[in-house]
Amino acid sequence: MNRLMIVVAAVFTISLAAAAQSPSGPLRIGTPATPGQIAALDIDVRPDGTGLPPGGGTAREGAAIYAQKCAACHGANGEGGTADVLVGAEPKNSAPFGPEYERWRGARPDVPFTIGNYWPYATTAFDYVRRAMPAGAPGSLTADETYALVAWLLAKNEIIAESDVISRETLPRVRMPARARFVPDSRRGGAEVK
Amino acid sequence: MLDGLLSGPGMLDLRYIERMTTKNRPTGGVTRRTALTTLSAAVAVTLTPGLVSGQDGALADTTKRWGRLPNALGTRSPAENPRRTPSPTSSRTPLQDLHGTITPSDLHYERHHAGVPVVDPIAYRLMVHGMVDRPITFTLQDLKRFPAATRTCFLECSGNFGGQREDVTPQDLCGLTSQSEWTGVLLSTVFSEVGAQPRATWFLAEGQDAAVMTRSIPLKDAVGEAMLAYAQNGEALRPEQGYPVRLLLPGWEGNASVKWLRRIEVGDQPFMTREETSKYTDPLVDGTAREFSLVMDARSVITSPSYPETIEKGFVELRGVAWSGRGAIRRVDVSTDGGRAWKPATLQQPVLPKAHTRFRYAWEWDGRPTEILSRAVDETGYTQPEMSALQRVRGRRTRYHLNPVTGWTIAADGRVRFGLQRMRA
Repeated sequence: MNRLMIVVAAVFTISLAAAAQSPSGPLRIGTPATPGQIAALDIDVRPDGTGLPPGGGTAREGAAIYAQKCAACHGANGEGGTADVLVGAEPKNSAPFGPEYERWRGARPDVPFTIGNYWPYATTAFDYVRRAMPAGAPGSLTADETYALVAWLLAKNEIIAESDVISRETLPRVRMPARARFVPDSRRGGAEVK
Repeated sequence: MLDGLLSGPGMLDLRYIERMTTKNRPTGGVTRRTALTTLSAAVAVTLTPGLVSGQDGALADTTKRWGRLPNALGTRSPAENPRRTPSPTSSRTPLQDLHGTITPSDLHYERHHAGVPVVDPIAYRLMVHGMVDRPITFTLQDLKRFPAATRTCFLECSGNFGGQREDVTPQDLCGLTSQSEWTGVLLSTVFSEVGAQPRATWFLAEGQDAAVMTRSIPLKDAVGEAMLAYAQNGEALRPEQGYPVRLLLPGWEGNASVKWLRRIEVGDQPFMTREETSKYTDPLVDGTAREFSLVMDARSVITSPSYPETIEKGFVELRGVAWSGRGAIRRVDVSTDGGRAWKPATLQQPVLPKAHTRFRYAWEWDGRPTEILSRAVDETGYTQPEMSALQRVRGRRTRYHLNPVTGWTIAADGRVRFGLQRMRA
C-alpha cells in the first residue's frame, strides 16, 4: 500500500467513525403523530388568536363563574387573596413602574402589578385560565366559561365594557395598556450593567 | 473475639466470604482485610442497639464492634441532616451545607407551579409538532435510543433573591440555584429527526403538570446546547426535577427548562404565555419592561462564613460559589474590608462554563468588625454589580434576575449576619 492509499483509507475510516457519532439524517425513532393526537394536546393560544376555540362570553356571564370558582383565592373583586391580584386599572393607561408612574404615585403606596396594568396580551389570559385554572380543578372550564371569565377580567380592569362579547374574533383585537412597554432583552454580557 | 462472634448461630463463615469475594473479583487476590470489612457488616446486623452510642450516650469505640453489612441503598450519616427549606411554591438548596459543585439530587432546589405530578414512564409520551416535516410522538425508550449527551451545569430560578433581612442564610438568600450532571438527548438531534423547518424561530415547551407549564424558547439561541434530559447525577431524574423527561437550557432561567415535558410545538413567533409576560419579565427604570431575559448573569455568594455562624479571631477560609449563564467564571474577587480593597480568590478547577464554580480565600480575621464580600467576573467581562447599580438601570420595582454583590457583616463578637445595608443603597 503506498502512502496516498494509506491516507485515503485513514480519511475514509475517520469519516465513517464520524458518521456513526453524529447521524445526519433521521434515525427513524418514534411514531408519527396523527392530526387527531396533535389536536388533543395542542391547546396553546397565540397573540394573533391562533388556537382559540369557537365560543364566547361576556363579563356579566363571567361574574357568576368568577364568584363560584375564582373568588375564594383571588378575592371577590380580583383584589387578591391567597392567590395573585388580578384587577387593578391604575395607573390609568400606564404601568406600575417607570418615571411616569413615579410622578403619578407621589407619596401614595405602590399599586400591584395586574392584568390591567402589566399583561401585554389579552390572549394570554385565555391560554392560562384554560390550561391551569381553577387551581382546584385545572382544565375543567368550557370554552364559553373561559371566554366569559376573560371578559370579566378585562372589564374589571376597565379594558372592555361589561356588555362586550369576548370570542375568537374579538379577543385578539383587545389592546392591553402595557403592550407597547415590552422590549427585547438587550443584555449581552460585557462590562455594562443592564 | 472474632472466633467467638463467628461461632454463634446464623453467623457467616469467614472462609465463605473470602471465597465469594475472590470469585467476584476477576483480578488480584482478596486480602483478609477486605473480607473482614465485608464481614463486619454482618456482625453489626446481628448485634443489638447500642452500637453507635455507648451506655453513657457517648460514641462507642467503633474499633471494638463490627459495623453493618452492605445494604441496597445508602443513606447519609445520621449525624448529617442537610435539608431544603420548603415554602408553598419552592424549596431551597442548603448552599451552606455543601462542599462541592454538584448538588445532591435530593437537595436540588424545587420550583413548580402546581405540585409534582406522578408520571408513569411507560405511558409517557413526548409529542413534537408544528413547523416540522414529520410530527412524531416519542416514548421514553425512544428518547433513550438516540445518541446521548451529558453535561454539568447550574439551574437557577430567576426569582432567586431573598436578601431582605439580616438573619438570612445563604440558603434563604439564593438557595434557588443548584447543579447537576444531566444526561439526555440533544434537542438538535430530536429536531433533526422531526425535520424542524428552516423558517422556524421559536418553539413552545409544555409540561404535563397541573399548571401545564409553557414557555416559548427562541430556537436559534437554544438549539446549540439544549437537551431533553432523562437523567440527573447518573440516575433517572427526580420527580420534582421533571421525571421522566425535562427540557434543559444551560445558563437560562430555570423556569424555561420545562419539566415533565409532554409537547414541543415548533413555530415562527413566541406564544406569549403567562410566565414569559406577566411574571419573569423585568420592569426598567425608563418605563419599559424587558421580556425573554433568559440568560442568568454572573453571580457569587460566600457560603462560609455566613449567618448564623460565629467566627473566631485568626485563620478563616472564605468559601463560596460563583456562576454565570454566559459561560465560565473568569475570576472571583473577595473583599474583607467592606468593599474598599478586592483580591482574587482561588478558583477550584476545572472551571466549567455555565456551572457552579467553587472559590476560596485565606483570611486572617483581626477581631475588628467588618464586612466580607464576593464579586464574580465571567468570561464576557461582565462584573457582578452592586444592588445600587442594578436599581439605577432597573428601578425600584424590579423583581426578577437580581444578582447583586452580597456579603456578611462580622461583629466584634464574631457573629455573622447578612449585609443588609448594602441592599438598601
